[in-house]
Amino acid sequence: MLEVSGITQIFGGVTALKDVSFSIAKESITGVIGPNGAGKTTLFNIISGIYTQTSGTVVLEGRNISGLPPERLAPLGMVRTFQNIELFSSMTVLENVMVGMHTKSSSGLLACSLKMPWTFKEEARIRDNAMRWLEFAEISDLAGTVAGNLPFGKGRMLEIARALAADPKIILMDEPAAGLNSQETLGLADVIKKIRDMGITVVLVEHDMELVMDICDRIVVLNLGSKLAEGTPREIQENGDVVAAYLGDE
Amino acid sequence: MQLDQILQFALSGLSTGAIYALIGIGFSIIYNSTGIINFAQGEFVMLGGMLTLFFIGLLQLPLWAAIPCAVLVCTLAGMLFERLAIRPLRKPTPINLVIITIGGSIFIRGLSMLLWGKDTHSLPSFSGDEPITIANATILPQHLWILGITLVIIGANKFFFYHTISGKAMRACSYNSRAAGLVGIDVRRMVLFSFVISSAMGAMAGIIVAPLTMTSYDVGIMLGLKGFCAAIIGGMSSGIATVIGGLILGILESLGAGLISSGYKDAIAFIILLLILFIRPQGLFGKAESERV
Amino acid sequence: MKKELFKFLIFTVLILVAPLAFKGGYLMNVLVFVGINTMLAIALNLLLGYCGQISLGHAGFFGLGAYLSGILTATHGLNPWLVMPLAAGLVGLLAYLIGFPILKLKGHYLAMATLGMGIIIYIVFNESVDYTGGPSGLSGIPALSIGSTSFDSDVKSYYLVWAFTLGVCLFSLNLANSRVGRALRAIHDSEIAARVVGVNARELKVRIFALSAVISALAGCLYAHTMTFISPASFGFNFSVELLTMVVIGGLGSIYGSFLGAALLTLLPEFLRAAHDYDIIIYGGLLMVMVMFMPGGLVRSVPDAVRKLVRLKGGAGNA
Repeated sequence: MLEVSGITQIFGGVTALKDVSFSIAKESITGVIGPNGAGKTTLFNIISGIYTQTSGTVVLEGRNISGLPPERLAPLGMVRTFQNIELFSSMTVLENVMVGMHTKSSSGLLACSLKMPWTFKEEARIRDNAMRWLEFAEISDLAGTVAGNLPFGKGRMLEIARALAADPKIILMDEPAAGLNSQETLGLADVIKKIRDMGITVVLVEHDMELVMDICDRIVVLNLGSKLAEGTPREIQENGDVVAAYLGDE
Repeated sequence: MQLDQILQFALSGLSTGAIYALIGIGFSIIYNSTGIINFAQGEFVMLGGMLTLFFIGLLQLPLWAAIPCAVLVCTLAGMLFERLAIRPLRKPTPINLVIITIGGSIFIRGLSMLLWGKDTHSLPSFSGDEPITIANATILPQHLWILGITLVIIGANKFFFYHTISGKAMRACSYNSRAAGLVGIDVRRMVLFSFVISSAMGAMAGIIVAPLTMTSYDVGIMLGLKGFCAAIIGGMSSGIATVIGGLILGILESLGAGLISSGYKDAIAFIILLLILFIRPQGLFGKAESERV
Repeated sequence: MKKELFKFLIFTVLILVAPLAFKGGYLMNVLVFVGINTMLAIALNLLLGYCGQISLGHAGFFGLGAYLSGILTATHGLNPWLVMPLAAGLVGLLAYLIGFPILKLKGHYLAMATLGMGIIIYIVFNESVDYTGGPSGLSGIPALSIGSTSFDSDVKSYYLVWAFTLGVCLFSLNLANSRVGRALRAIHDSEIAARVVGVNARELKVRIFALSAVISALAGCLYAHTMTFISPASFGFNFSVELLTMVVIGGLGSIYGSFLGAALLTLLPEFLRAAHDYDIIIYGGLLMVMVMFMPGGLVRSVPDAVRKLVRLKGGAGNA
């Protein structure tokens, strides 16, 4: 599904990532973990097209997507969420998810402004679909609320609903459990599993080890910019290097 | 085109360039400590010249006494502006800051027009108008004053930023204001300081240029924008790069006015401004920085 | 959606009957300018209020529309109705081309660059005397006419200008509540999140910039033909700031707010004749006060204040 090979990233002389390679299977949940400063978020920013790597390639379903900007990746089926949730805070919850369907609709500037007949149909389809995703994320009762007024946990669910509305094949989540209470984290785990069961590949960066070990099919461990280990949750837990890296960090 | 003439244009361009450099450094100091581009910067330049005239005319002060008074009042105005308009802003988004500083700028301009009318005035030269001949070109004593005072201010500025505690604290804020706050630097005071320094420098620039170019309530926009252009060429540095930016702009303008057309002289600065912003937004001498999310 | 249409119909009716209230007096002439300024404020608002991209050079696009129209009709004798789409199209194309490099810039830098662009255009108006007449202006621009009806009186101009303005209003309202309008607001709130769900922010910003320039140029054409005389002074930096003030006072991201801001700033000087010299102080003060205390503009702050007042009274009644 996703092949990451030989990714190296250098910021002004500092090597943030060094020759990182791994591959991700279809319809799996993969966790990327590692101590602070391991380069997890940098890796995500490269895969999702926000940074361009110094060297190495990212291949999505056989297609080289290295260096493509985020807006080109969404139509190819890759979306992401952010650590400090990025909502469209002045828009309503429903409108946020409707924007998520941008690549699944096509009315242009002039057609919209002149209210051409076909735009009505498309608008209704966007609205219905968006409503369905709100129901999936269990926030449909908040459809009319301005997103900026949402509590953090609901905001997180909204961000996920918006990403799903883009009908992705793969979704990258940057620390989805950050800032959630234990109740909300449990709910999140269910949602992530449901997303996988719909046939969507999930990759997440996460600090909450309990969550990672619980839901992930595979885990990639980064340390100081390099890949330290890769395997099933059980293998990772039994890996001496990983334990040392974490204890050394404490 | 004769070599003499080019020399003449270059010489007069040098002194206007020095003025642009002073104004540009004012922009950079505020930008580096706050991330704000102060659209009102030019108005402090205007205030410098107008206030000096005011003190000479109304209070019958001699020039040497009127100048410090004008700088002082300008500095106070700069402090007030920061305290009343910038600091209380609840949502300091770039757009809000642009609108606030533009609002402040035309407010100051309007107030000056009410106080002093729409006429242009001239300030007496600091030491006579007898031209001095260098090679085959002539310059006025005021040109020398401008170059000399600019050098002194830039030197003092350098000393302040590198050899005093406050100056070092301000530099720390410009690198990383959160970290500076954590080690006990009062960041808000440093922001106020940056407004103090740049309004004083702006005022001084306005005073030394007024004997050459005349002054009126509306000279602030153009001078301000050209100072900004100098700062952009210099990559928003508060040091030598902006000085060079100012001098390049001054000389190009002066040559352009002489060789092409004086009407389009003002356009030169803006064309350079756009070109630099489009092609090298980090300035002529800076290195590209990777954009962070 | 029904509610939106209803609001617009009421607005249209009010505009249509307004001349009856003023009985074609001197104020009619001012109301023509309210129409032109409303168009301009909406144009800037689409860019600034919806998309979050500032421009301090819109007076330049307005002026380009006016001068293209003026020069091609007065000097070259072309038909004004032919020139209008041509002028608007050319200005739109120019904005589209400048848009790519200029909208790469953000915030303060974008403000400075658009300001520089506006001033360059203004300098060209002043200096290319052979075409524009320079500082003394361009006169003899014909009034628009359809068949044998010439729009040469204030009442006729009023209906002509407002026909266009209402069109622009409806066009912009539709846009704001559509797929593209949502994408614009998304860019405003979080450009990176918008891009991640597939909004091509760069391209869309440039298109809105161009659309905004087309509307401004159209307003410029109408201005030239109703005034029949234009000079550079109307298209300088001060006017760009005046437009900004209209948008900020009325309300960023509100089409009716743009009308409110334009109406207020156009009518105010007429009622406060004595305050003529104070206008730039007033604009400056208003800009600062609005951003500090009423960031939503009149269109949001006034209803909020009324609601609060009602609640206060209701609360007092209950106590």
